[in-house]
Amino acid sequence: MATAAFETPKLKSYPVIPLVQVGAMSHIKSFPAAGPIQKALGFPEELVEDWQDKVIAKMGEMLGKYRSLQVYMDACVHCGACSDKCHYFLGSGDPKNMPVARQDLMRKVYRRYFTFAGKHFPKLVGAVDLTREVLDEWYSYYNQCSECRRCSVFCPYGIDTAEVTMAAREIMDSIGLGQKYSNEIIGKVHRIGNNLGLPGPALINTLEGLEEDTKDDTGIDVKFPIDVKGAEVLLITPSADFFSEPHVESLIGYAKVFHAAGISWTLSSHASEAGNFGMFIGNYEQMRKITMRVKEAALELGVKRLVVGECGHAWRVAYSFWNTLIGPFDYLDPRYPVPQHICELTDDLIQRGALKFDKEANDSRIITFHDSCNVARGSRMGNMPGGQFIIPRRIITSVANHFYDMAPETIHESTFCCGGGGGLLTDDLMELRVKGALPRMEALKNVVDDHGVNFMAMICAICKAQFTKVLPYYGFDMSMVGGVHQLVSKAIRLGDK
Amino acid sequence: MSTLTVIYAVLFYVATAVLVLGVANKIRTYAKAPAPLKIPTTPAPLTASGVRWRMAREVVFFESLFKSSKWTWIFGWLFHVTLLLVTLRHLRYFQEPVWLPVQLVQPLGIMAGFAMVAALGGLWARRWLVDRVRYISTPSDHLMLLLLLAIGLSGLTMRFVAHTDIIAFKAFVLGLMRFDWQPLPADPVLLVHLALVALLMIIFPISKLLHAPGVFFSPTRNQADNAREVRHISAWAAALDKKA
Repeated sequence: MATAAFETPKLKSYPVIPLVQVGAMSHIKSFPAAGPIQKALGFPEELVEDWQDKVIAKMGEMLGKYRSLQVYMDACVHCGACSDKCHYFLGSGDPKNMPVARQDLMRKVYRRYFTFAGKHFPKLVGAVDLTREVLDEWYSYYNQCSECRRCSVFCPYGIDTAEVTMAAREIMDSIGLGQKYSNEIIGKVHRIGNNLGLPGPALINTLEGLEEDTKDDTGIDVKFPIDVKGAEVLLITPSADFFSEPHVESLIGYAKVFHAAGISWTLSSHASEAGNFGMFIGNYEQMRKITMRVKEAALELGVKRLVVGECGHAWRVAYSFWNTLIGPFDYLDPRYPVPQHICELTDDLIQRGALKFDKEANDSRIITFHDSCNVARGSRMGNMPGGQFIIPRRIITSVANHFYDMAPETIHESTFCCGGGGGLLTDDLMELRVKGALPRMEALKNVVDDHGVNFMAMICAICKAQFTKVLPYYGFDMSMVGGVHQLVSKAIRLGDK
Repeated sequence: MSTLTVIYAVLFYVATAVLVLGVANKIRTYAKAPAPLKIPTTPAPLTASGVRWRMAREVVFFESLFKSSKWTWIFGWLFHVTLLLVTLRHLRYFQEPVWLPVQLVQPLGIMAGFAMVAALGGLWARRWLVDRVRYISTPSDHLMLLLLLAIGLSGLTMRFVAHTDIIAFKAFVLGLMRFDWQPLPADPVLLVHLALVALLMIIFPISKLLHAPGVFFSPTRNQADNAREVRHISAWAAALDKKA
């Protein structure tokens, strides 16, 4: 089904905070999950009869299980610090896409049913009954949040709208109101092992093809091993790396790094997915179940190290949550961080002089780097705070000669989401995705105009997929999008080391 | 003992009890709710002492708000600092003899009173002038500012326009603390000032003023970034491990 036509926002040379346009995005409604998709995850197949009571009961349960939710429901003072920080607000002007207003959709229900003031003076504190209209607004606007956490950087109490969005989606799933895109993908991971639904034989076939291509390209036998017992490294990478452009270029880059460094490695057909949409829907059990495949594969193959490929939310789950979900990792080599990001691995090899590059190979590219939100604000690389900003840039400047950062207020911890994260990378949300990309597109346009930038490097499968689709709306060529290891791949010296 | 004295004495006992017990109850709720996952907003400190330093910057300087909006930061920070100074100045009513630091802060406290009212005016102006902030403001957001303004203005009125009998008032306060009630001066401005302060104390634990204890429990600010080094697991999450 095609979505209705919409207007792509105009790019301005400096950011402008839009005036509030009430209801500008109220028509957005991500496709809901059909019965079988819901059933596969153990959720009700359709909206349950007594959904109001169920929502309130579930909310009470979540308030007791998540300190974040309990504190964030109480602490907001409506100061407005976050009100101009969300890319979806900046791109659409819809006030319910301001983080505070998005939280308030739940907060006004919380106040009505869980607080003295809201029970007795609802009008005074903006508390409302949980009606069908309120639920519909939840579904619309909690599926317009990419859980990028930019608001949490600027909130004086650190209120993280992602936590509220996750809780809302978890509550809606529990009454039978799931989102098709995320829940269908989670079902595929449980059934097949990855988000794209690629079965083992297809994977093996693809990897053989990549070996041949790389051989044709370089003359070197670079291996793409899968299910190899006793390998040192198990690489967990987003399944998009196997099939999508430009993702696959980075996969070739990882393989070349392992080859050049002489590290034995393998992929796993059982855990052929780094992504974890369990986080997007705020469901701890789903997230844990998906992650469990990694532990099973690691034990089965007897590897010593876990390395994660270029994927933003996957790295947040891996870096911040794996130890909680599937730790302790006492069966792995304690000399290496668990998990380790492929950029940490490559950077470490570069710093030790173990890799050699022909930087000129990338001379046709004038490069900028897009910090992906989950890497920037939900994880780390290296041994110092902010290493997640330093390490990818250090790799780029080691393998290429021309690099320019975008404006400081649009990178590092202030980076803008690509517009497609958090379970929104679906065609039925195209309008939202295009509008949400506006702040990043403006920052990109400035470095394109000032420095002739023609390549935006990134380390996230969702960012790559989102930008290749959205860049043309803003008049850019989609071939500008690529991975950091795509640049590594181009410049790395093989064979003659 | 006048009826007025009895009413205000009881009012302040009740207000104090509601404030202390209400906030303690909320703090217990926050402390009891587990944080099952590591969610510090990164870049975050790697150690507990680093977290304390981050929290101190947040509470003393409003670091995140400073990053966000300079106008809100100026008015918000000014309001909180001046409120602290004014509160310190008022400690003289609770002490005999008065501590030296409280004596020293007296002249500052007077200036702070004016700055506080100005800052509140700035915060209220934002609620009307910035369309985004106007959109999110509820009646209680406006009334909270009105309440604080009324407290500030009634206080300044007693200092600069219509003096009240502060000797008698201090005797009343000390009497409350020693459970030896003394008469409260029947000055209308004072009565209004005191009633509003009692109201503020009572609504504290049921309003957005809970941001004060809340910030200390915010997982994005109070967690260290050490997920790989230390296994973090809550009781209910650990129970899942046992089941499996």
